[in-house]
Amino acid sequence: MNGLRKFTDKIKPTFEKGGKLGWLGSTFEAFESFLFVPNTVTKRGAHVRDSVDLKRVMIIVVIALLPCFLFGMWNTGFQHFQAIGENAGFWRIVGYGFLKILPLYLVSYIVGLAIEFASAQINGHQVNEGYLVSGMLIPLIVPVTVPLWQLTLAVAFAVIIGKEVFGGTGMNIWNPALLARAFLFFSYPKSMTGDVWVAVGKNAQAIDGFTGATPLANTAAGVDGLGYSFADMFFGIMPGAVGETSTLCILIGAAILIFTGIGSWKIMFSTVLGGLFVAFLGNLFAPAAESALAIPAYYQLVMGGFAFGAVFMATDPVTSAQTECGKWVYGFLIGAMAVTIRLFNPGYPEGMMLAILLMNAAAPLIDHIVVNKNIKRRLNRAKTI
Amino acid sequence: MSEHIQIKKGLNLPIEGEALCNVTKSVVPDFISVKPTDFRALTPKMLVKEGEAVLAGTPLFCDKQNPDVVFASPISGTVDAVIRGDKRKLLEVKVKSDGKGESVKHQYGSISSLTADEVKKALLESGLWPCIKQRPYGIVANPNVDPKSIFISAISSAPLAADFEFTMKDEFAAVQAGIDALGKLTKGGVHFSMEAYVAPRSDYHNLKGVIFHTFQGVHPMGNVGVQINHISPINKGEVVWTVDFFLVAAIGRLFLNGVYDMSRLVAVAGPAAKNPSYVKCLPGTQMSELSEYFCDKCDVRVVSGNVLTGDAVGKEGSLGFYSDLVTILPEGDYYEMFGWAKPFRFKKFSFSRGYFSWILPKSKKYAMDTNTNGDVRAFVVSDVYGKVLPMDIYPVYLFKAILAGDIEKMEELGIYEVIEEDVALCEYICPSKIEIQKIVSDGIDLMLKEMA
Repeated sequence: MNGLRKFTDKIKPTFEKGGKLGWLGSTFEAFESFLFVPNTVTKRGAHVRDSVDLKRVMIIVVIALLPCFLFGMWNTGFQHFQAIGENAGFWRIVGYGFLKILPLYLVSYIVGLAIEFASAQINGHQVNEGYLVSGMLIPLIVPVTVPLWQLTLAVAFAVIIGKEVFGGTGMNIWNPALLARAFLFFSYPKSMTGDVWVAVGKNAQAIDGFTGATPLANTAAGVDGLGYSFADMFFGIMPGAVGETSTLCILIGAAILIFTGIGSWKIMFSTVLGGLFVAFLGNLFAPAAESALAIPAYYQLVMGGFAFGAVFMATDPVTSAQTECGKWVYGFLIGAMAVTIRLFNPGYPEGMMLAILLMNAAAPLIDHIVVNKNIKRRLNRAKTI
Repeated sequence: MSEHIQIKKGLNLPIEGEALCNVTKSVVPDFISVKPTDFRALTPKMLVKEGEAVLAGTPLFCDKQNPDVVFASPISGTVDAVIRGDKRKLLEVKVKSDGKGESVKHQYGSISSLTADEVKKALLESGLWPCIKQRPYGIVANPNVDPKSIFISAISSAPLAADFEFTMKDEFAAVQAGIDALGKLTKGGVHFSMEAYVAPRSDYHNLKGVIFHTFQGVHPMGNVGVQINHISPINKGEVVWTVDFFLVAAIGRLFLNGVYDMSRLVAVAGPAAKNPSYVKCLPGTQMSELSEYFCDKCDVRVVSGNVLTGDAVGKEGSLGFYSDLVTILPEGDYYEMFGWAKPFRFKKFSFSRGYFSWILPKSKKYAMDTNTNGDVRAFVVSDVYGKVLPMDIYPVYLFKAILAGDIEKMEELGIYEVIEEDVALCEYICPSKIEIQKIVSDGIDLMLKEMA
């Protein structure tokens, strides 16, 4: 430990301004502060500071994502062996999933972090830790079969256009991970719809009758046509994006986020309320039992990316509503809009992504209204006295 | 009329080294510093020269804009040095004690017979006027303004703050006299706040001539700004005066004894304080006189005031005018390997549950140091600040309006209601390590400049 510190101190001057590798200053700083909490001290104001920093906040979100990540690995393998009609042991299933997901993560982190480091270096900033979470999220919300070159472009788009042009983490308007998914969805729709959710593999042949369709694609036939039971969908044993199938694992993540206070329970809760509200209205006005509208409202919560979006995407502190009142409105509208899109626009089965991106754009407006109410209250107070 | 108010948002910082309730030293000073920098936005004008003899209560300098407001020497002796900084800015006037303790003598009749103008004149000529601060901005009050009301907080909720139950227990008569005098200066009454569980057992709930309030909860409930926001918030164009509890006693002593007597009990506390306890001394006391309380094993930071808002004056500095606390902290200029990644970090406190220190009993105190525990970032987690600001204010929107220099928005969002100390906890918990008090301070400076 001391040895590493001594070594770091020895090579530090090389990377400082005027040093031989001075142009790599931000990169060096990023690695140094990754290894060591820096020795900076307060100058004025609050002389002592809380032990939480952004690195800690981000790593907790990553930990909250781990159950989804691990289950996604298993489910990827499981769906594969189901599709080819083979019985495989637990470790073979997990091993297959691991090999399928690994390239997605390599692309996500290498491309994303390279851009983050480069832009920090160009601007002379410190490298921000925000991508730790975005990079973890992106592979979890794409189909496992997505071509890697497309993923590369999507990640680059999300980081550059979604974040760096606004000034980096904290300044962005849209959730970068969702932006990557939206990029794929609109640029390469073939990779995002149809039989893309299960990795069959090049050398394998899917068994007869295999469709690989997600429950969301089958909603038109009503609840009996989904092809999966509620329990299957709750535990996540169905095709879908890598990490978003298991509502159970998402709930574990939600518990971690709520308990540590990092994710807003208000947003999660109101999103669920909004989704249930619209789905329930749909139930009331369903023309027939074989209609998408007739699917029981609570099914909407376990299908597709609803739960994952509500817990991990909608709660992004930067792009969500930031006032406590605003969070209720923001969450409710996300849920309501996501289910509305699902029910009435079969062309876009996954409404969650679009709903969140749309509400990301509307969040400043919601906050503006809430804050203006506060301003009015302050002015009225002056008048009444 | 009295009111009971609960403050739920906030945090009592569990920091080690609380002062024990006994007086371990009475400082007889060789030197005293009077610092114009203790008073926000003051442009001082010297009234004495180096080498001139002064008494306790002799004006040393005055406010250039308002020459009636004078700042006096707390001891008798000779002006030893006038210390200036860049652009000849007056930093400090040092007075060498002659050990005689002679004071300028004033004669006033009974307070009830004095008029408001007489009280005002007495406070101005004696040098006690600067005890009165005004909101907005937290500057020395302008004597030409009629305040809406006057607020006194008898709650010490700040980390390691001097315990008023101990320091003020023999001051009842002086405080009553001070309140009688202050009551003459406003038609809106003198608001006096105490902690709910202290009030019944304290003499001070028998004070006459005050509007009594009790508070219950967590820091920053003791901050007078928070109390004003709950009792009678400041609107644009209104002015409220505030006086520190222990300075009310100093005002009372002027009318009872006719002298400028600023002596007070000061808590010497903090994780790096040896034998944390109370010291009787004057404002401007040199920190070197307190060196026996500094931990000698580590590099210490000496703060005049509390850890959240005090000034790092250094070992050679002096006690501030408004200060009844010296906090001694270990410097935190060390590297901690994988600090942020450790699952357990029991020696570090966190307001969030991001570390497992929430498992530990609530009574555990932490040896906090001055390490920032992370690098500076942009605002990311924007909703944490409201959790420690018990006011009807949207903190991040106010901070961003200040950063943008948008005066209209600053007014609308509540710049008149806060000073630095009110947002100190926001700065403490900020995961992005932003200097929020500096932002608010710059905002107030901008308002003072633009509204002048």
